[in-house]
Formats: sequence, structure tokens, C-alpha cells
Amino acid sequence: MSISLFYFIAFLSIFFSLLVIFAKNPVHSILYLIITFFTFTMQYILLNAQFLAIVNFIVYMGAILVLFLFVLMLLNLNKESEPLKSNLLKTIGVIAGMCLLVTLIGSTKSLQLSNPIVLQAQNLGLVKNLGKVLFSEFLLPFEISSILLLSAMVGAVLLAKREPKDAS
Amino acid sequence: MNPITQAIQGVPLNHYILLSTIIFCIGVIGVLIRRNAIIIFMSVELMLNAVNLLLAAFSVYHNNASGQVFVFFIMALAAAEVAVGLAIIVMIYRNTHSIDINVLNKLKW
Repeated sequence: MSISLFYFIAFLSIFFSLLVIFAKNPVHSILYLIITFFTFTMQYILLNAQFLAIVNFIVYMGAILVLFLFVLMLLNLNKESEPLKSNLLKTIGVIAGMCLLVTLIGSTKSLQLSNPIVLQAQNLGLVKNLGKVLFSEFLLPFEISSILLLSAMVGAVLLAKREPKDAS
Repeated sequence: MNPITQAIQGVPLNHYILLSTIIFCIGVIGVLIRRNAIIIFMSVELMLNAVNLLLAAFSVYHNNASGQVFVFFIMALAAAEVAVGLAIIVMIYRNTHSIDINVLNKLKW
């Protein structure tokens, strides 16, 4: 168990997230995104954030990406459904993203070398500790997020419902 | 000490910032170069996850549990956003029989 485990997992996440945006088939793209989120789960385990690892595993890989896959298979896309963007626009997009990357990395480089991450409290990311913080300090945002989820559910049902043809 | 958590002892915080930056920019490039609405949506999810990872890393670095609670809230928000967004995409497909974002340039069907 060495320090290189972090760099190996980081390499895997970058590699698979590049595959996500460059894969031709949207189903392959979603499968690569699942692998990317699995590498994020491993990063959370390395940070000893066990609650976040489990929630990331269940919510992202279990719920959100299955929903993506469901919708993609529901839509029944043909092969010609995505005409290729012109190469000029693709090149401009890549150049713009690289400019953002260079700017952010440059601003990071201007910092002095930071201290290594040291896990000071072993129980920081455990469910017991996070539950205490969540239900004492963050009780009001927790309740508001339940209202958010309810309104999102109502809105999704309302949007996806087939509207009658001659409503007027 | 748990041996799995010893692996991060010695990773500088800058490297977590660099990893999150790279993945965030990959998400931005994905939004810019794809035309499939679902792929664009997935790139937005990628950006959200990059920020989540950075929040968790800062939370461990500063020994403060608030960052991880924030990640939990962001995940709840992402779930709500995905439900509404996919409903919108299904509605767009029903009206235009395509999820190419180029047919939406008039904002009317």
C-alpha cells in the first residue's frame, strides 16, 4: 500500500473520463462514466470518507446512471441521429477547454507547495460523525433538500406526461 | 491505523486540486464538442463529481466534516437535476424525434 495508489486511480479516472466524451456510441459512453464514478468511489475510500463512498456508489452508479441508460434505451436512437459537428467547432471547443485548464493549473502553480493531506481524525467521514453534524448543524438545509426532491419529482412527472393533442 | 488510509498520507493537496481541475476541464470540453443532449448532461455530471472530490479532499485536509455534508447535499441536488433534465430530454425527443441540440436553436417547436 503505497502513495502510488492515488496516482494510479487518478490516471484511471482521467483516462475513462476522456473515453466518456470521445466515445462514439452513447451506451459505451454511459458505461465508461460508470467506471469513472467507480474510480471516484475508490478515491473516497482512500480519503476514509466511507459514507460518501457508499452514497456515491448507490446514488450515482446505482440510480443516476441506470436512469441515464434507461432513458437512452427508451429513446431508440438511430445511427444517424447524431450528425458530426464540424471539425472547426470541435477544434475550437477543445482549444477553449485547454485554455481553461491552463489558466486553472497556472493559478494552482502560483501557490506554494502545499502540505500533504494527513488524516487527523479517524472517524471524520464515518456515518456516526457525519450524522451528528448533519442533524445538528445542517438540519434546516436537510429539510429544504427534501422539499427540493419533492418538487423535482412533481416537475419530472409533469414534464414527462404526454400532453393531450387538442388541449385548446 | 487502517492500512487503506495510509495510502494518502503524503499526497499533497495540490495534486487533488490538479486532478479535479483536469476532470472538470474534460467535462467542459465534453459540453463544448458534443451535440447529443444526453452526453452533454453526462459531462455536467462529470463536472459535479470533480467538485465533489475536491470538497471531500479539503474536508479531510482541514479536519472539518462540513465539506462532506456539502457533498451529500450536492448529490441530492444532482439527483433532482437528473430527474428533471431527463424528463425535459424525453419531452424534446417526443416533439422533435431527435436529441440533437442543434434543432433547438429557435426555442420553439
